[in-house]
Amino acid sequence: MAHASASVDKGVVPLAGTNGETMTQGLDGLMEHCAQYKKDGAGFAKWRCVLKITAHTPTRLAVMENANVLARYASICQQNGIVPIVEPEILPDGDHDLKTCQYVTKKVLAAVYKALSDHHVYLEGMLLKPNMVTAGHACATKYSPEEIAMATVTMLRWTVPPAVPGITFLSGGQSVEEASINLNTINRCPLLHPWALTSYGRALQALALKAWGGKKDNTKAAQEEYVKRALANSLACQGKYTPSGTAGAAASESLFVSNHAY
Amino acid sequence: MSPPVPALSPEQKKELAAIAQRIVAPGKGILAADESTGSIAKRLSSVGAENTEENRRWYRQLLFTADKRVEPCIGGVILFHETMYQKADDGRPFPQVIKDKGALVGIKVDKGVVPLAGTNGETTTQGLDGLMERCAQYKKDGADFAKWRCVLKITAHTPTRLAVMENANVLARYASICQQNGIVPIVEPEILPDGDHDLKTCQYVTEKVLAAVYKALSDHHVYLEGTLLKPNMVTAGHACATKYSPEEIAMATVTALRRTVPPAVPGITFLLGGQSEEEPPSTSTPPTAVPNVPNVPELCLSCVTVPRLCHCPQAVPVSPGWCHSAVPRLVSQCCPQCPRRDHVPVGWPE
Repeated sequence: MAHASASVDKGVVPLAGTNGETMTQGLDGLMEHCAQYKKDGAGFAKWRCVLKITAHTPTRLAVMENANVLARYASICQQNGIVPIVEPEILPDGDHDLKTCQYVTKKVLAAVYKALSDHHVYLEGMLLKPNMVTAGHACATKYSPEEIAMATVTMLRWTVPPAVPGITFLSGGQSVEEASINLNTINRCPLLHPWALTSYGRALQALALKAWGGKKDNTKAAQEEYVKRALANSLACQGKYTPSGTAGAAASESLFVSNHAY
Repeated sequence: MSPPVPALSPEQKKELAAIAQRIVAPGKGILAADESTGSIAKRLSSVGAENTEENRRWYRQLLFTADKRVEPCIGGVILFHETMYQKADDGRPFPQVIKDKGALVGIKVDKGVVPLAGTNGETTTQGLDGLMERCAQYKKDGADFAKWRCVLKITAHTPTRLAVMENANVLARYASICQQNGIVPIVEPEILPDGDHDLKTCQYVTEKVLAAVYKALSDHHVYLEGTLLKPNMVTAGHACATKYSPEEIAMATVTALRRTVPPAVPGITFLLGGQSEEEPPSTSTPPTAVPNVPNVPELCLSCVTVPRLCHCPQAVPVSPGWCHSAVPRLVSQCCPQCPRRDHVPVGWPE
């Protein structure tokens, strides 16, 4: 039986005095909203914060403010029996290399877990939705899935306490096939990790959406795409996915949306 | 955010990680023989011995030259400065004696606690001045790891935010300086067992303190794979009316660690006996937290618990009496045949 979730944030708003950095609003009345969602069947919730990498960002203010608001959201959810998925997304925009993304993600997650501790959030009852550690989309160097996996798991080992039951990666503009391969490689990474490593994102829907194309006649085909991708990712989060090479051009299309803001 | 400036080269990281892994290798612990000249006095006088340099040398020699049965048990020995430069009867410096038995040499580098003004008896620990040069010298003279002890206490109003923040910060500075010199820092944020607080309170405070410590280590760019943690076990205060079982103590301890210690940390070395190491053992020593471990206050036995998790399908479950459902991933022991045991890669980038 699957659990239903609600996306409870109200989108990003600018942080004054920064170069395009944001925090995410939605705390007002969140207590009452969560109580209602819980009554209506939601078991978990999602809240997305956004950070970006440039020469001068993310700033200390952006890291601190987003970590804090994620912790407030998580605390309120738990008061209502809702498991918070905590999502501090670092956008893949830019030309930074893999090492830089790893460094920034580490600093951000360290701040997030300190804030969760300060706000008395019960770690066994939350999930983390981070970006994988990847180079920026405009980076000249290409990295293998193994390098991405190693960088990602190393970074998580530095920052995520074992009490956290699971990590559900966002796909962040990777193509559908890329996301499955990376998730698979992450689960085959030889570094010991105590949390489940699985997926959650647009990558599950992208091909279904394309196949549907807005036409009722395509329903069966669209469902078929969704099921195929769900099966693939289920294997990937056990390290058992073998790309068959028949995924097709659509699966390799990048889902990158510049400055993705929902 | 400024681009990352690597604090350590890949070779430095490899060395630190290897040292840390050796100290906490399966079955091994640390002998803490680092009592200062002042504190060893109480131990010696308790057996009627005078506190002379020769007696201090003789007593340590006794421990360091025990027969080879101890070799599989001892991963490291922590020394006080004086002991580093003493010799055995056969002329070998003590660091040499220790290394010849296959153990690593550690050195206590802090210079004791000092009061934090404006607090109710809270302290920080000094010793950072010239620490860079001292560590470089200790490394040349044979030390591979170090120890620094910070102290916090639980009362109705402590530890204060200042005490937590200041001690976490000084531990991170110490750790950073050690690593620059190829020395693995053991990070010790000890919360004293003094008081009548219950088990839950100790767990809560320990979680807050460790969260602050690891945030500080992150801020100071400390390489976690090249560190060890030496925390208190989570126990009720000595004067607490309620008595807790070893299983309750163990559960509370491991829960606190699971909530705060990142998996990259190779090992956690507990001080056994539940009392401050500066005090001699007393008859009212509380029971040890880990079943089947002898209650020897001077010996720190390494408990490689939280960070070392095995995915081996033949993982052996521990004996009944433990609550498996609460900590399912932790209580299984890695079987000796697990192919992963000897090849634990450290991370990327190195």
